[in-house]
Amino acid sequence: MTMNQKAGSEQAYRYSTRIGIYRYRLLAFALLLVVLAVVALLAGRYPSAGIANPLHLLEDALFAKVVLNVRLPRILLAITGGASLAAAGFVFQMLFANPLVEPGFLGVSQGAAFGAAAAITLFGFSALAVQVSASLFGLLALATSYWLAKRFRFGGWILRLVLSGIAVGAMFSAGLSIIKLVADPTTSLQDITFWMMGGLWNSTWKTAWSVMPVMWTALTVLFAIRWRINLLSLDERTAHAIGISVSREKSLVLFVATIATTAIISVAGLIGWVGLIIPHLARRLFGADARFALPGSMLLGALFLLACDTVGRTLLSSEIPLGVLTSLIGAVLFIIILTRPQTEAKL
Amino acid sequence: MKCAYRLDQVTYTYPMRENPAVSELDLCIPEGRTTVLLGPNGAGKSTLMDLLLRWRKPDHGSIHLFDAPLASYPKRSLGRTVSLVPQEEGARFSFTVLEYVLFGRSPYLHELASPTHADVEIAHASIMQVGIEEIAHRPITTLSGGEHQLVLLARALAQQPRVLLLDEPTSSLDPGNTAKVIRILRQLSEQGITLFFTTHDPTVAADCAHHVAMISHSELLFSGPVADALTPPLLSELYGTPMETFRHGDRLMVARVH
Repeated sequence: MTMNQKAGSEQAYRYSTRIGIYRYRLLAFALLLVVLAVVALLAGRYPSAGIANPLHLLEDALFAKVVLNVRLPRILLAITGGASLAAAGFVFQMLFANPLVEPGFLGVSQGAAFGAAAAITLFGFSALAVQVSASLFGLLALATSYWLAKRFRFGGWILRLVLSGIAVGAMFSAGLSIIKLVADPTTSLQDITFWMMGGLWNSTWKTAWSVMPVMWTALTVLFAIRWRINLLSLDERTAHAIGISVSREKSLVLFVATIATTAIISVAGLIGWVGLIIPHLARRLFGADARFALPGSMLLGALFLLACDTVGRTLLSSEIPLGVLTSLIGAVLFIIILTRPQTEAKL
Repeated sequence: MKCAYRLDQVTYTYPMRENPAVSELDLCIPEGRTTVLLGPNGAGKSTLMDLLLRWRKPDHGSIHLFDAPLASYPKRSLGRTVSLVPQEEGARFSFTVLEYVLFGRSPYLHELASPTHADVEIAHASIMQVGIEEIAHRPITTLSGGEHQLVLLARALAQQPRVLLLDEPTSSLDPGNTAKVIRILRQLSEQGITLFFTTHDPTVAADCAHHVAMISHSELLFSGPVADALTPPLLSELYGTPMETFRHGDRLMVARVH
């Protein structure tokens, strides 16, 4: 063995050791998620406040019903939705080469909210109409932000993107206010208001099945191409020279991430900060390489949303809205991460 | 002389502009040799680089790469044939150097695949070749300008290209790093890789090029052996200011006349 080959295997060894550590961490978080899901199934206000004894399931048919038909779909939605929001945030940050971007920054969330409210007003609370409309307007907002950023005549690309995202988001928020103004206060206005607060309290198997397949598909696609998502964070000319079809692959990935985001928004309303903060945590724990940081982001997002939802529904006798909890905890985490050294964000 | 790239009457005009950025260019970039592209700011050097990369497509004329039309190359095989060392590249995420160099393996990997052990070995060989094995596990966000340039070079080598294109590879480097990069470029040329790069420093051309192409006002001013290119009249005409050349030992140096 020559010196070079020896050094080569040593490098490869160090690389595979690190990969091994990341794999164990992924496994550990997956186990933690399973444990938390089981605890969440047993936690609640029936039969009494607190965590119930699982043996109780066999004796009390009503309790079994509560667990299987009320808590289980809600928990699955929290897991899938959290993973989707975090994955979408991660992908947006990679594609726009900006650690401070998430779908909400580019108007996607506000567009989806507008679309959902419009559908509620026009068609009543039909799950299908709300989802389709939320997705369409989410994509429209993304396209508009992108198009505007291309046309702005000053500032760097990222600044332009954030500015156009603010403008597009504000327009859709204004549109949403107008819809609320004209909505029937006895029916659709109430639906819109409840939906806007963000939460999973009306989750049933029906709502779960109407959006989970979309999110699972999106998560599978993103997971499958996770290493390649790295390459989309490079300068476009460089990525082209490495053999990537830049616009085609970027459009596909953005489309998938946006669909995943709008799917959870359409049933759970606006849930802020998950897409911004979780990818940061994931890169801290799993490195920058999307091969591990993306699945890590999905797992952490699922854990975070499930934990917030479980606390939100069990802590007080009345439910704390999910969006309120995620924003509160997310913003605090954000401040902690950005004020600590060795931070990712460089603007 | 066999051409790696052959350009025939290539013209490119930017959208909404009247004058072409590159006009009726005929050029042969000889295979297995080092060619330097000289020209003042705005002469069309970057546009020509974009055309060679197929990042832009010519409005008129044709570009051949190893006797096949450049446009006929599938994306992957283009990525295996030609690679680019950009002048600079924003590093926003803290990939390690090895992870970053591995990106160069993508033309060899299926869309759904991640790098294999063999890819890691190849990436490491590229890292060794540019002499940055010490920093292989450092995050790219912590590197100096010189180290960063070498990482970009290593990534381009991981593509195992036949042609290496470089955007001003020495323009942001101190003399020590410049000498290092020139040494590496010479080694690569000895291995038979075709090199093509732009520079504003004709002395760098004298140090490692066999062949020089000069463009001025979107047109080819000169193309030929380095000894014929680096002459005071030609250089003075190219840059629009008096230039002189002198010898130091067996090195040719180029300087501005005040």
